[in-house]
Amino acid sequence: MPAPQLYNYRVVRQFAIMTVVWGVVGMAVGVLIAAQLIWPELNLAPWLSYGRLRPLHTNAVIFGFGGCALFATSYYAVQRTSHVRLFGDALASFTFWGWQAVIVAAAISLPLGFTSSKEYAELEWPIDVLIAVVWVAYAVVFLGTIARRKVPHIYVANWFFASFILTVAVLHIVNSAAIPVTLTKSYSAFAGVQDAMVQWWYGHNAVGFFLTAGFLGMMYYYVPKQAGRPIYSYRLSVVHFWALIFTYMWAGPHHLHYTALPDWVQTLGMLFSLILIAPSWGGMINGVMTLSGAWYKLRDDPVLKFMIVSLSFYGMATLEGPLMSIKTVNALSHFTDWTIGHVHSGALGWVGLISMGCIYYLIPRLYGRTEMASVPLITLHFWIATVGIVLYIAAMWIAGVMQGLM
Amino acid sequence: MSEFTSDFWGIYVGLITVVSIVACAVLLQSMSTRRVAKDEPVGTTGHTWDEDLTEWNNPLPRWWIWLFYITIAFSLVYLALYPGLGMYGGLLGWSSTGQFREEMERAEAKYGPIYARFLAQDIRTVAADPEARAIGQRLFLNFCSQCHGSDAGGAKGIPNLRDRDWLWGGEPEAIRTSIAEGRTGVMPPLGAAVGGDEGAKDVAHYVFSLSGRTHDTLRAFRGKPRFAAVCAACHGPDGKGNPQLGAPNLTDSIWLHGGSEAAVIEAVMKGRKNEMPAHKLFLDEAKIHLLTAYVYGLSADLERK
Repeated sequence: MPAPQLYNYRVVRQFAIMTVVWGVVGMAVGVLIAAQLIWPELNLAPWLSYGRLRPLHTNAVIFGFGGCALFATSYYAVQRTSHVRLFGDALASFTFWGWQAVIVAAAISLPLGFTSSKEYAELEWPIDVLIAVVWVAYAVVFLGTIARRKVPHIYVANWFFASFILTVAVLHIVNSAAIPVTLTKSYSAFAGVQDAMVQWWYGHNAVGFFLTAGFLGMMYYYVPKQAGRPIYSYRLSVVHFWALIFTYMWAGPHHLHYTALPDWVQTLGMLFSLILIAPSWGGMINGVMTLSGAWYKLRDDPVLKFMIVSLSFYGMATLEGPLMSIKTVNALSHFTDWTIGHVHSGALGWVGLISMGCIYYLIPRLYGRTEMASVPLITLHFWIATVGIVLYIAAMWIAGVMQGLM
Repeated sequence: MSEFTSDFWGIYVGLITVVSIVACAVLLQSMSTRRVAKDEPVGTTGHTWDEDLTEWNNPLPRWWIWLFYITIAFSLVYLALYPGLGMYGGLLGWSSTGQFREEMERAEAKYGPIYARFLAQDIRTVAADPEARAIGQRLFLNFCSQCHGSDAGGAKGIPNLRDRDWLWGGEPEAIRTSIAEGRTGVMPPLGAAVGGDEGAKDVAHYVFSLSGRTHDTLRAFRGKPRFAAVCAACHGPDGKGNPQLGAPNLTDSIWLHGGSEAAVIEAVMKGRKNEMPAHKLFLDEAKIHLLTAYVYGLSADLERK
């Protein structure tokens, strides 16, 4: 296997740093719009108003923070588990600058009011084109590296990363299909209930692949690495991988219960969401059980704490989600704060904490240090983040159920 | 079902669904054959990546296998009972439209008599009844507050319903008509008729003089004949408005579209168009009756119980 300096760490470092930057920016905007819900007078100008900043918040945390974390961790893991340098240095560098251009364009165009009004896909068509180009380059770099690997088997983390990259390309291109009118205005290629269905086929698989499969890829490399233990079960990873990527595709219609969408489509969305419980939990079991026999490590390793607690949130959110997809539960929970609480237990608890754990794993290794500047500060970060998330989602449950019963 | 252009597509989708669910069970079954005796070492798959990454070959947890099978079995049973397989409607005959109809019938049976009781009463009586006011407020919050605000205070371009200033009349019958039939208030663009920008400014100052506001007396003097020739047709010679047309009273200090000089000039130059949508299409007579009483009661002097 090659010496460490033969790996391309430059692009990993770049993405790791921008993960932190966009995380801070995106979450700060989240705090501002949350405050605007209590104090509407904070809507100081049109470009600082809730309606324009909310998509900026979601784009910055999902694609800025989450996206950069995925690029950084996948580029690092694929080189290390393929025993070969990243394919195409220039192309990898292009994915970094291209992706930053996308986020900056979002940060400018969304406050100015340019939006396609599709949730989690608000960016107008020129930015969509750039996303597609960057994403294809990402696929070439990632799959090119796997193609040149020096080991016979493809490690499980790379299955998840690869499926996430390929699926997101398909989702993005289909859902963003639009007819441009001017440089800043376009109309969706779909109309009516079909448009809604395509939107939530995209929307739920953005959750399933961008925010789940990709982050499971992270889990499969960084949890066993940090714990110094083998992955619990190869068989479990096979079953839950194929079941997960197959059934997620069907779950979108549960966002459209009791709408103009035909009953039979709504039923399929609900049933496949329920079938998803076991495949989702397979990932949690594989991560958590990797620690079996080494639980004592949790006591003084805050990075491992981040990872294991993130898996707990993942397990909780992936049970809560299917329950919310049941029509009768959905009739109570839909259009309430419960939904927002659910999203955040997944996005903050699972995606946020696992990313932070992985960044803490990466940074010392990328910069040739033995550990982070202060381990007690990581512990402090862990406890503040965990307590904050628990308070957030508990408050949203209570608020949501009360709203639903009103 | 109308969403299928032919039977073929219903069968096609239904078949894919069943095969997909069964395929999950087959995948699970094929991978859950491995058992490990109590003290038998599990062992790894023998692959190693990145110096020390390996995988144990543990069997699937039994409870997890059962969880998976239960969700699959539940789905198949559910598909037999409910619509989900193409055109097949399910053994229970359930549909979301049917559920809606049932819920509406139940609500009608429960609330119908209450509505009927108030429908038989005079608006003034209903407006003074605390129970009717509570129902009226809930209806208002559902159907009216989006524009008029939860306190009925209105907004720019949307009338305040508590200020006793009525565009289309404030008697119960007029309010009922506004709610049931809707209203369309139109002021045509009159820039040319009043003599362009300067003329509009003169008219604006004359209008300000009607409610005793500070104004340019010379402009008001010049504006007066123009008002009489053009504006008085709707707003009346004294500017007090006309509820037949929804023309606002210009002598009070209430400005629907803003009272600044620029806003009034804009109204004269470009006109205004306001619409209150008709609600009789989705609110029945009894609900309109209760809403009329609620809105009437917001400003009328009533003997409160």
